[in-house]
Amino acid sequence: MNAPVLRLERLSKSFGALRATDGIDLDILPGETHAIIGPNGAGKTTLIHQVSGVLASDSGRILFDGRDVTHMAMPARAHLGLARSFQITHVLPRFSALENVALAVQARSGSSFHFWQPVAREELLNAPALEALAVVDLTARAHTPAGALSHGEKRRLELAIALAQAPRLLLLDEPMAGAGAQETHRLIATLRTVKRATTMVLVEHDMQAVFALADRISVLVEGRILATGTPQDVRADPAVRAAYLGEAA
Amino acid sequence: MSTSLFVVQVFNGLQLGILLFLVAAGLTLVFGVMDFINLAHGVQYMLGAYLAVTFYRLTGSVFAGLLLALPASMAFGLLLEVLVFRHLYERDHLEQVLATFGVILFLNQGVKIVWGAAPLNMGVPDVLSGSIPLMEGLRYPVYRFAIIAAGLAVAGALYLFVAKTRVGMLVRAGATDAAMVSALGVDIKRLFMIVFGFGAMLAGFAGAMVAPILSVEPGMGDQILILAFVVIVIGGIGSIRGAFVAALLVGVIDTLGRSFMTDGLRLFLAPSTARIIGPALASMAIYLLMAVVLAVRPAGLFPARGRA
Amino acid sequence: MREALRSSIDTAVAVLRTLAFGQRVAACLFALLALLPLLSPMLGGSYLLLIGERVMIYAIAALSLELLIGVGGLVSFGHAAFLGVGAYATGMLASHGLGTLSVALPAALIASALFALATGAIAVRTRGVYFIMITLAFGQMAFFVATSLAPYGGDDGLTLPTRTLVLGTRVLKNETAFFYAILAMLAVTYLLVGRLVASRFGRVLRGLTDNEMRMQAIGFTPYAYRVTAYVIAGSICGLAGFLLANQTEFVSPAYMHWQRSGELIVMVLLGGTGTLHGPILGAAAFLMLEETLSRLTEHWKAILGPLLVLVVLFAKGGIAGAMEAWRQRKLTFAQLLAAADGLARTMAAAGVERWRLGSTALRGGVDRLALLAKGATKRAVTRWKPLQVALGGRLVALRQSAERGLALAAARWRRR
Repeated sequence: MNAPVLRLERLSKSFGALRATDGIDLDILPGETHAIIGPNGAGKTTLIHQVSGVLASDSGRILFDGRDVTHMAMPARAHLGLARSFQITHVLPRFSALENVALAVQARSGSSFHFWQPVAREELLNAPALEALAVVDLTARAHTPAGALSHGEKRRLELAIALAQAPRLLLLDEPMAGAGAQETHRLIATLRTVKRATTMVLVEHDMQAVFALADRISVLVEGRILATGTPQDVRADPAVRAAYLGEAA
Repeated sequence: MSTSLFVVQVFNGLQLGILLFLVAAGLTLVFGVMDFINLAHGVQYMLGAYLAVTFYRLTGSVFAGLLLALPASMAFGLLLEVLVFRHLYERDHLEQVLATFGVILFLNQGVKIVWGAAPLNMGVPDVLSGSIPLMEGLRYPVYRFAIIAAGLAVAGALYLFVAKTRVGMLVRAGATDAAMVSALGVDIKRLFMIVFGFGAMLAGFAGAMVAPILSVEPGMGDQILILAFVVIVIGGIGSIRGAFVAALLVGVIDTLGRSFMTDGLRLFLAPSTARIIGPALASMAIYLLMAVVLAVRPAGLFPARGRA
Repeated sequence: MREALRSSIDTAVAVLRTLAFGQRVAACLFALLALLPLLSPMLGGSYLLLIGERVMIYAIAALSLELLIGVGGLVSFGHAAFLGVGAYATGMLASHGLGTLSVALPAALIASALFALATGAIAVRTRGVYFIMITLAFGQMAFFVATSLAPYGGDDGLTLPTRTLVLGTRVLKNETAFFYAILAMLAVTYLLVGRLVASRFGRVLRGLTDNEMRMQAIGFTPYAYRVTAYVIAGSICGLAGFLLANQTEFVSPAYMHWQRSGELIVMVLLGGTGTLHGPILGAAAFLMLEETLSRLTEHWKAILGPLLVLVVLFAKGGIAGAMEAWRQRKLTFAQLLAAADGLARTMAAAGVERWRLGSTALRGGVDRLALLAKGATKRAVTRWKPLQVALGGRLVALRQSAERGLALAAARWRRR
């Protein structure tokens, strides 16, 4: 059996009396696309924040490729190969789309304590950046300031930035959020190409995307994992039906 | 270094601390509730002193001078709020710094135009003049005791107000999360005005109280302002309790440092070296304290804002 | 001769065309400054040179502060401390006979870098309002340390025996030579800061200002970059301090006063953040404003203060911003007139509105008073009416008897 890329052991985080995540155990296997679904307030975003390092966990462990990263700062985890996109878009508005992605490449291309050479001309950074932009179909907007992009374009830029980190594990927090039907189709197609080469954790509400992309699904309810399994198994699980899917699935 | 000198300086330090608290309390609330950095708070203190002297000259009574200076300070603070500060709440900190810096320049100069550049003086009220014996061979001025007492009374009243009244609760809520308070339907403009007016009055009160014992001159608020900043940074933005603890700490350490640093250094250094390094270190003492506190707790000792 | 002039102008214009707008402005500024010593004999002698020197020195300081404020998003209110540290390093060494370029300049740079490292390491751990207050406090700390340095003049300051010796010569004593030396330093600073902003490091710094969370998510730790920026900025400002000490041949704690730090921020904002020519324009504008206003009245600060408030409220982007808006046709003379007109109208309307509200309130008050008055008069009338009637009757009777009396007197007079 392959060693999991990500292993969560009894991971918990509370805000005062609210137990946002409550003893989560989860394994993410290499190469798989693992979706995490659940009702609003289930703790999905908190979980992603804990794994990526935005929030410090109260208890439990996070093992990334066997390494304990529970107390590591966010940038250090990024360097180990953990990339994420945010539910609320976090791009650099004054930079062009290309520069946004090039910065992600720069972070893994040696030291940034260089003070003399103009960075805009560095092919070492621009080439991979353009590739990432091509994957998300943003080549035409490469030189537009990110702040001027449409919402859908910004979501795609988020994805491009994460991809440019050449990650070992990609954490996507509701990439379809706020996207129209056409955008959603486009994103699903893009993610289908991406998923072949990357291990992904996908937090999503959009069931169409989930069933189109996921190899395995975990259902998160009130901070705990209710069920984990293939889409068919989860669809059929009576507890999941009762708590979340209802008749829609 | 005698015990009596030490005790005197401790009391002087407490007095300075109380004054710093009065100035810092208003400032920290304004930061905490309105996220507004007000450099002009120091001139509020200066104006309190000038108003006290003016009212004293008009009425002949020191007490009248002190009492009348309070509403006048508050009125002036509110005037500034309406004219200038109100338009800055939405701006970023850099612009607030620049604008309030402009206000300082204007008021420091304005005070020179109205009252002249020469320092003014005002006597201590007769009933509070003289000194009382603390211990054998040591007397301490009554007026300075009065300052400490008055300051503690105000601190107590402020604590009760913030902790026990409805408005006080809104202020505390505002310091923790102003946007939420506004979203809950509270008239945030009214709240801001109350906070601002109160802060101005406290600073003016402090200034009015020192008028009898210090010389009142243009620019006297500037150094107090910076000390107040140090107090707020150490105590935590938005926290009255933090301001109180930090103010006493800063007041006592600064005063004791200035009095005893050189002598203290003489215990291990040559007298000539001590005489050079002593005053320098003494003036650095509170900034070093601030640095140490920040190294351990970047948000101050009692930060009001909760962080997840 | 004319041919040579024309061809050189053509080349200059061709070169200017290749530059971006901001660089063109800067090139013009530098050209102007370079010509100043040649023009000065006609326009007031060395006085103009001295002002030009001050402008350039503060331009260097403002450029270093722009690196922190505009690029790094760090509002430092203690930047004048580095001017002072650089100046004092120069002055102290000079007073001990070590006033040569090879010693004094590196000392100024290193001293300010060390001070920046010590204070920055702590200050950068905080953000926002805390950072402003801490830098202010550290700046004041430096000020007080300087005032307590009795062997170096304390409060009164220290006079330098001579300007820094370059290769053993007193070449800097020649004002023109010194002027060009400062100009060279300014040019070098401009180029260096420009390269810095465009480098990998500069990009990271700008990114951290734009969205720190995103930068952390891709793997950048803010602290190290910000402290480095702080040290670099402090060091460049130390260079300005070195030059300042030489220009005035005097160092004093006043160089580090927090008001000076405020003035540096004013220069940066007045000129416009986000550009490199902005700080130079801002330094020039501020110092010339100071010069002209201080001649008008000794209370010039009372004019400067409200001016700053107005600049903040209405002139975002400073001079450079206005130039950019002009260039993009967003700001034309007609628009300025329209804006002034609109402002006047708004003020008038607001005034009218306020008067209307005031008079309504007043009228309301008067009405209420009138109601009270009416009630009172009615009560008085009812109570006094019988008396009034009685009095009236008496008065009528009195008048009639008076009339009769007069008629009788008149008749008697006619019969005499």
